[in-house]
Amino acid sequence: MDAILLQLLNGLDKGSAYALIALGLTLIFGTLGVVNFAHGALFMIGAFCAVTLSKIFTLSHKAAEPSGTDFLGNPKFEDVLYIKEWFGDAAGAWLLDWSVPLSILFAIPIMLAIGFIMERGLIKHFYKRPHADQILVTFGLAIVLQEVIKYFYGANPIPTAAPEAFRGSFDFGVLLGFDPNAIIYPYWRLIYFAFSALIIGGVFAFLQFTTFGMVVRAGMADRETVGLLGINIDKRFTIMFGIAAAVAGLAGVMYAPINSPNYHMGMDFLVLSFVVVVVGGMGSLPGAVLAGFLLGILESFASMNEVKDILPGIDQIIIYVVAIIILLTRPRGLMGRKGVMEE
Amino acid sequence: MLSLNKKDFGLLLVVAILTLAAPIILNPFPANSGMAQFNAGYPDLMQRFVIFGIFAIGFNILFGLTGYLSFGHAAFLGVGSYSAVWMMKLLSMNVIPAILLSVIVAGLFSVVIGYISLRRSGIYFSILTLAFAQMSFNLAYSVLTPITNGETGLQISLNDPRILDGANAPSYPNLFGAQMNSAATVEFGSWIFTFSVGYYLCAVIMLAAFYISIRVFRSPFGMMLRAVKSNQQRMNYTGLNTKPYTLAAFVISGMYAGLAGGLLASMDPLAGAERMQWTASGEVVLMTILGGAGTLLGPVLGAGFIKYFENIFSKINDNVLHGWFSFMPDGFENFLVTVIHPFVGKGWNLTLGLLFMLVVIFLPGGLVEGGQRFGRVFRRKDRNAGSVEADAAKQRNQTAAE
Amino acid sequence: MAILEVKNVGKRFGGLQALSDVNLSIVENTVHAIIGPNGAGKSTLLNCLVGKLIPDTGSVMFDGQSVLGRKPYEINQMGISRVFQTPEIFGDLSVQENMLIPCFAKRDGAFRMNAFTSITTQRDILDKAEEMLVEMKLADKRHMHAASMSRGDKRRLEIAMCLSQNPRLLLLDEPTAGMARADTNNTIDLLKQIKDERDITIAIIEHDMHVVFSLAERITVLAQGTPLVEDTPDKIKGHPKVREAYLGESQDAA
Repeated sequence: MDAILLQLLNGLDKGSAYALIALGLTLIFGTLGVVNFAHGALFMIGAFCAVTLSKIFTLSHKAAEPSGTDFLGNPKFEDVLYIKEWFGDAAGAWLLDWSVPLSILFAIPIMLAIGFIMERGLIKHFYKRPHADQILVTFGLAIVLQEVIKYFYGANPIPTAAPEAFRGSFDFGVLLGFDPNAIIYPYWRLIYFAFSALIIGGVFAFLQFTTFGMVVRAGMADRETVGLLGINIDKRFTIMFGIAAAVAGLAGVMYAPINSPNYHMGMDFLVLSFVVVVVGGMGSLPGAVLAGFLLGILESFASMNEVKDILPGIDQIIIYVVAIIILLTRPRGLMGRKGVMEE
Repeated sequence: MLSLNKKDFGLLLVVAILTLAAPIILNPFPANSGMAQFNAGYPDLMQRFVIFGIFAIGFNILFGLTGYLSFGHAAFLGVGSYSAVWMMKLLSMNVIPAILLSVIVAGLFSVVIGYISLRRSGIYFSILTLAFAQMSFNLAYSVLTPITNGETGLQISLNDPRILDGANAPSYPNLFGAQMNSAATVEFGSWIFTFSVGYYLCAVIMLAAFYISIRVFRSPFGMMLRAVKSNQQRMNYTGLNTKPYTLAAFVISGMYAGLAGGLLASMDPLAGAERMQWTASGEVVLMTILGGAGTLLGPVLGAGFIKYFENIFSKINDNVLHGWFSFMPDGFENFLVTVIHPFVGKGWNLTLGLLFMLVVIFLPGGLVEGGQRFGRVFRRKDRNAGSVEADAAKQRNQTAAE
Repeated sequence: MAILEVKNVGKRFGGLQALSDVNLSIVENTVHAIIGPNGAGKSTLLNCLVGKLIPDTGSVMFDGQSVLGRKPYEINQMGISRVFQTPEIFGDLSVQENMLIPCFAKRDGAFRMNAFTSITTQRDILDKAEEMLVEMKLADKRHMHAASMSRGDKRRLEIAMCLSQNPRLLLLDEPTAGMARADTNNTIDLLKQIKDERDITIAIIEHDMHVVFSLAERITVLAQGTPLVEDTPDKIKGHPKVREAYLGESQDAA
């Protein structure tokens, strides 16, 4: 029982990341009708926003140490962080410690801007082109974005720490009446889950309760009619693309402490997120979220030793196997609508 | 000739001459000159040209004719490589059984994957093939390690049984004794030309593959594949079952990929899982569209183009750049080197990605269409652009009629 | 003798009974029109005949064999060809290739792995296609990109493709929908010519009463998913039930 609970929890953080990326993919697909292979790269860029902010916070300059000289009589120098100079020692240390959550503020404008530029500069010209062309051009863009990041940040993963306060683990077992240490779960993953739930809730609330969201939902259902009503749907779709980019970016920012960002993490997540979208059902937002968590949890169950003993290697392929079965038995996915991407 | 019409036979002949004379044509610069780095006439690179040419020719039969965009064809290439290496470990260092097995195994593998993936079309098909390829890649790295030797890759060793080989058989892949890495070098003044056994084996097989692809394009079967791309509904109501047509195209392209994989392993007897990764699948897609999907020559051109520039760009480093621009004022020289630096050497992938985007955006018909447009503009300057494009479209679509 | 026999066919979509208890028999070598107001179930019935839909109840027999459960391509191979409301042709192929494909399908069946045969050696097929192109006055357009033809020519090509297979039954789904008057009249003439020159049974679904009364020998009126009357054009013209079904729409305007 406790082992099952533990795997359930372990599946949540990966599931959250899948759900967030798949949500953005579905938003873009549903509103713009475009298959965006560069969406994983947006997730990756988000993670590198966190890396960048912590790098900015660790910028330093040499200053003479007041305590005097070293044993040769030369003046001693120490690295002084700019932020400590500007904000004082305590505040500076706090800022550095909290750089990942603070990156959220830093990432939102950046991701929105990238989203707008991408849509206006590139994607816009592909609305009328075949899906194969959309796949190919965004695939090319994904390679470009990934290589640009690699050029500036190198090929190695860059460890990025969560704030000190969240580095520990939480003993779920005690809470639920199991033995101590039976279910240990890192705080940051809990935060990640809560954060994802918040964003997913936010996106749904936005679509459900604002006029803007209503128009976008109507546009997803029937683009032409909404266009005929004289509503500037294109502008709204641009904004939607920005939002989808921001969602992917934020998913990436917060994922940085869980998995040290590297330049190819976007591709790794993209393939799986596409599978998630397809399993959930093309164009279905709840489907994307549901399938994201479902597949994340399934994946973590498949990596239990008990399961691997029976079916070796199942943890590597479980998501693909599920996707294949779903696609063949329920071609529209779990919650797909009729008429999306058919014929 | 060879059951081809004049135009097609001419095309085949030109390709054959270019391929067979490649060791000379691709080495236009003397060995010691500064331009020697642009030479491509050495066996390793030429082999890659023709092997990836085979891969792209096969992919084009699926994507170019039927329009089904597979993102998983590298899996067949990988499977072909593994089969070939196993054959060389178990049976013989002779490449014939290795290549045959790689084609057969890739064919069987593609029957299974194609049968399932082709139940869906459009983007679903792309994602299904991608899923299968990633699955194969993951398995090759993990549980299938006894067969694939995991991250290290599958290699030959002296302890292999090789039951058909005698005591004196060569310990390197060979064709009835002629080793793949053996070559004759001819010096002609300060030019050096290398004629290698491996390259000529690959070249002959590539020509056969190209010939088969011409025949397929000109056959009723090939026309049916184009009909699948154009209108499946009409096909069904014309009494044609589209499924076996698309499956046959899928399997043929899978066998071509297996053949390419088998040849790669025959030239250099090792096989690694990275050959199956989805970026490798993306590369063959790029080769095909860069050259021109649905055209005969396009995939070969695309494969050559990409492999050549990959090779050249990867070799260029800052020193080479400084050498080129040394005639300029220092500031300007440094500026140019800084600007170009990200795109060369290890930055080849960046260039590749940009190239990918540029081709899709500006030249969806690929190099072949670009060349046609270019030629047309020069031949008939008086015609307006609209009719030129309509002509190009017509040209493309009346191939079978001749 | 009836070539197509539809018995007690019913089809339900969720809460909508699209067809109920449809009985229809089409006599060989006649032109039989199926008319009815919008939503009467004409298209649903047609789709049940060609294998796109499978009826919930009843039977559809073509020449003594059931078509139910067969795929569209199998039904075509039995001898039923279909012309669509918007012409369905191979837009990316040349007109000549469009003609060749049905000829190959007729000769070689639903699938044939003839990847090493050159089309140019298939004289019988080339001749047959050429004959049809000439007959349908499309010969001078043979190298044209099919998608770039006018709508009238596309319709003509689609009919030619169907006829090249010598079908026993030709199904036409509103063949003049969206056409100008002149094109409509041309199509009527073409269909009349086909009817006179060939041993063929034609079933036509049509809105345009002008077309129906110019061609049909028998007419079935469908309303709310069930046949109202079936009779000759003269009788149908004055039939009170028909007028009622069309709610006072005059015949010509309908």
